[in-house]
Amino acid sequence: MHGRLSLLPLQLNDVGYSVNRQRLIGGVNLRFEMGPPTLILGPNGAGKSLLLRLCHGLIEPTAGDVQWQGPAAQTPQNLRFEQAMVFQKPVLLRRSVLANVEFPLKLRGLDAASRRAKALAVLERVGLAALAERPARVLSGGEQQRLALARAWALEPQILFLDEPSAALDPGATRQVEGIIGNIAASGTKIVMTTHDLGQARRLAGDIIFLHRGSVAERTPATEFFNQPQSDAARAFLQGDLTW
Amino acid sequence: MNTISEAFLLSLQMMVRLDPELLRIIGLSLRVSLTAVVLGSLIGLPFGALLALTRFPGRNACIVVLNACMGLPPVVVGLIVYLILSRSGPLGTFGWLFTPAGMVMAQVVLITPIVAALSRQTVADLWIEYEEQLRSLGLTPIKAIATLLWDGRFSLSTAVFAGFGRAIAEVGAIIIVGGNINGFTRTMTTAISLETSRGDLALAMALGIVLLAIAISINAAATTLGNTARRRQGA
Repeated sequence: MHGRLSLLPLQLNDVGYSVNRQRLIGGVNLRFEMGPPTLILGPNGAGKSLLLRLCHGLIEPTAGDVQWQGPAAQTPQNLRFEQAMVFQKPVLLRRSVLANVEFPLKLRGLDAASRRAKALAVLERVGLAALAERPARVLSGGEQQRLALARAWALEPQILFLDEPSAALDPGATRQVEGIIGNIAASGTKIVMTTHDLGQARRLAGDIIFLHRGSVAERTPATEFFNQPQSDAARAFLQGDLTW
Repeated sequence: MNTISEAFLLSLQMMVRLDPELLRIIGLSLRVSLTAVVLGSLIGLPFGALLALTRFPGRNACIVVLNACMGLPPVVVGLIVYLILSRSGPLGTFGWLFTPAGMVMAQVVLITPIVAALSRQTVADLWIEYEEQLRSLGLTPIKAIATLLWDGRFSLSTAVFAGFGRAIAEVGAIIIVGGNINGFTRTMTTAISLETSRGDLALAMALGIVLLAIAISINAAATTLGNTARRRQGA
């Protein structure tokens, strides 16, 4: 991370996203800076995944703007290469585990030897080194998600967006995934992650953004959020009420 | 019935005897059609992928025309290539008329739309699955073409086999462009056509059986290989 131009902070100004005049997200003002993981909570359909995609630049907002304010944002290549995203259902290439990790490193111009060394090192860290030569698509769900995380981690992004990375996993695999996310955060990457698992949010979050019907209901430090949520919507959500 | 049983016997004899004339005809058929498949795939696969990934005005019309070209009548293609390659045609100086090179060219014209149209669909489907991830990793659609072609290799092989099937089976184009010259441009299909018109139905039928056997074994081998590899990849 040293000597690299910073991409953060990320500033969302009055961001909205509508499809056919139906507002899915609106009036979102948020700022992300380097620091402990930010978790985005909210019921299904609150716009959590959409918000991540808007931040990551996979979709363009229909209102407001998404600004990367760090100096690295000046060049389009840095803007793309300094951030990464892992999806709820991992999208793995029809290649070996190792080749999946090497693939984006090649895009970033690393030579074959460094790619391989880096990929093997990161596979070691997520416990997949023994499976390096296996075709990625025959791995179990938990292994696939760990591989997707490894692929993102190898890029050493300044910010990593995670869209419900353990939504489809059993408790054991979920713990493994959370452990990896914690390590990625500790290595200096800003984590922005959606989840609807409150326990997971408690375990990982530095602060919480609570989304409700496409708007930010509140943003509070994690301890405060769980003890004393500011918004009615969050209070109801924490009590297990139906909030839509 | 008599002709058919006679033909079976004859075809068996020819295959067992490894008749040199037959081997030469089979060899040329395979050489021409396999070369055409390789060239047609080199053009058709990237073109199909490009059409799947880019958006431009007239793209839908392009796709309609391409799909229609899957059914190009071989004799018409043969005629057009004949005109192009004839002494006064634009490529007349190549001297490819009545040569295997000209036959390859005609078959490339026949095959390329098939490979392109089928691979366009395959790549478009794969892009739906991969788009967000590849864009997240920093690929533009154009840069993603090579990746998608490689990752779609198992499904795309079907497009290539469809092209091969078309090439090895057609007679209309190569008989016009090649001229069915004995020992030089005679292939399985042109030989069958000739023997039928000469009334040697048994020989024609025997050649037909050999042609079928070759087509089936090549496709069976390729399918088996493909399925094994596909299963191993979990694709």
